[in-house]
Amino acid sequence: MGLKRYTVNSPVMGTFYRASVPGEKPLVEVGQQVNASDVVCIIESMKIFTELRADQAGIVKKILVEDEAPVMKNQELIEIEIDQ
Amino acid sequence: MMTFNKILIANRGEIAVRIIRACKEMGIQTVAVYSDADKDALHVKYADEAVNIGPALSRKSYLNMDNIIQAARETRADAVHPGYGFLSENAAFAKACADHNLIFIGPSAECIAASGNKSEARKTLMALGIPIIPGSDDILGAPQEAFEIAADVGYPVILKASGGGGGRGMRIAHDRAELEDALRVASGEARAAFGNPDLYLEKYIEKPRHIEIQILGDHFGNYIHLGERECSIQMRYQKLIEESPSPFVDEVLRNKLGETAIQIARSIGYTNAGTMEFLVDKNKNFYFMEVNARVQVEHPVTELVTGLDIVQHQILLAQGETLMLGQDEIRLKGWSIECRINAADPEDNFMPSPGEIKSLILPSGPGVRVDTHIFNRYEISPFYDSLIGKLVVWAKDRDMAIKRMRRALAEFQIEGIKVTVPFHQRVFQDKDFIAGDIDTHFLEKFEATG
Repeated sequence: MGLKRYTVNSPVMGTFYRASVPGEKPLVEVGQQVNASDVVCIIESMKIFTELRADQAGIVKKILVEDEAPVMKNQELIEIEIDQ
Repeated sequence: MMTFNKILIANRGEIAVRIIRACKEMGIQTVAVYSDADKDALHVKYADEAVNIGPALSRKSYLNMDNIIQAARETRADAVHPGYGFLSENAAFAKACADHNLIFIGPSAECIAASGNKSEARKTLMALGIPIIPGSDDILGAPQEAFEIAADVGYPVILKASGGGGGRGMRIAHDRAELEDALRVASGEARAAFGNPDLYLEKYIEKPRHIEIQILGDHFGNYIHLGERECSIQMRYQKLIEESPSPFVDEVLRNKLGETAIQIARSIGYTNAGTMEFLVDKNKNFYFMEVNARVQVEHPVTELVTGLDIVQHQILLAQGETLMLGQDEIRLKGWSIECRINAADPEDNFMPSPGEIKSLILPSGPGVRVDTHIFNRYEISPFYDSLIGKLVVWAKDRDMAIKRMRRALAEFQIEGIKVTVPFHQRVFQDKDFIAGDIDTHFLEKFEATG
């Protein structure tokens, strides 16, 4: 019996960034508590940076993609376990 | 004076196609460079020769000076046209071309350095008595300095990156608390975009109009200006719609702006094509902003109202020719407007839209010019910026130009990706836009009212 999880997915083909500004520390780490609407990562595509947010509050369980890796549209990026 | 046999175009996309077209009409051979992502690109198809310069990532290809210079040497090009963006305002690249006996089609490395160091340019021109926007005399040191200058000139203020433009490293602050945050974020963004975290600060002018003057200069001290372009329709500092002439500029202001632009060019020994940007307030006071030491995206509107080919003039000037046109021969005839078409979804917060074009019909007919690199079944990659084409119209006056643009926008049909055409259609129905009552805040207000 596991707690419900969801993934934050990329809305577009582009590049995945863990920090909001290159060189700064990652927005989230595994084990971190996030609230609904917190920015968890950035996707860059066509020189435009888009902030991706957590749908619901929970704990970050997995970061599925490496920093600065290319991602496809709808690719799963971050797995979050929903708070009870 | 020389005649170029062969030019290498150090760029991609629509501007590479533009430059190749100018060369073909002049009987000059062309060399395209392309990354792995661009092997099927239009500029590669159109050029006489093409050289692969690296992987998709810009840093490894279009920004790779060594690979580009090597391609020029291997193909025995005489000259390099850098286009806009990428290495076009990179003084080290201009110098590297010169070091390898390649003519760089643009101003000298020293001029590029002088123009590109935005805070230095402000200082130089202040000393010449050219009006600039109040702000920091130099790049900002500690945050305390920013707070003091802001208190002195008055909020709101804007932070700008010294190393480049395009909105990167720019932030507005309405009070000290916002300024403290903005300093950190803008500096980080500037470092990421230009490799230089330095910022300067200006008073933020309300209801300003962005008006720029195109100039041409030869190597013998002769200059002309080609009138103004108004580029006030901007989203997050990216221009989206430009026009020439400006609905706000009369002959008196045009002459003053033109003379000032030439004075600026002369003071830094500028050669080739360049643009001097100004902010003009509602009382027609103007303030110098910056020099753009390159051909600009929006050059077509000037071409259509003057009847001149700016890229061909760049080539002639780089060959060492004397400017044969006198200022009295330059007339702005009719009205031209350009819409930048981006691969982004205006219904989804302008989310970028890379992908394969499944079908395409481009506008055409009287007074319609489309500068683009896209074609049916072309794959738009996510590695480069989202500009996929420029839809430009010319007509006898602004009213007709607006009607013509509406007609042309409606002809634009594309499937497979989203484009910003519907956004432009809404702007061309807006009563303030139609009245020419615009400033650089236009789009903020436009988007807010939906």
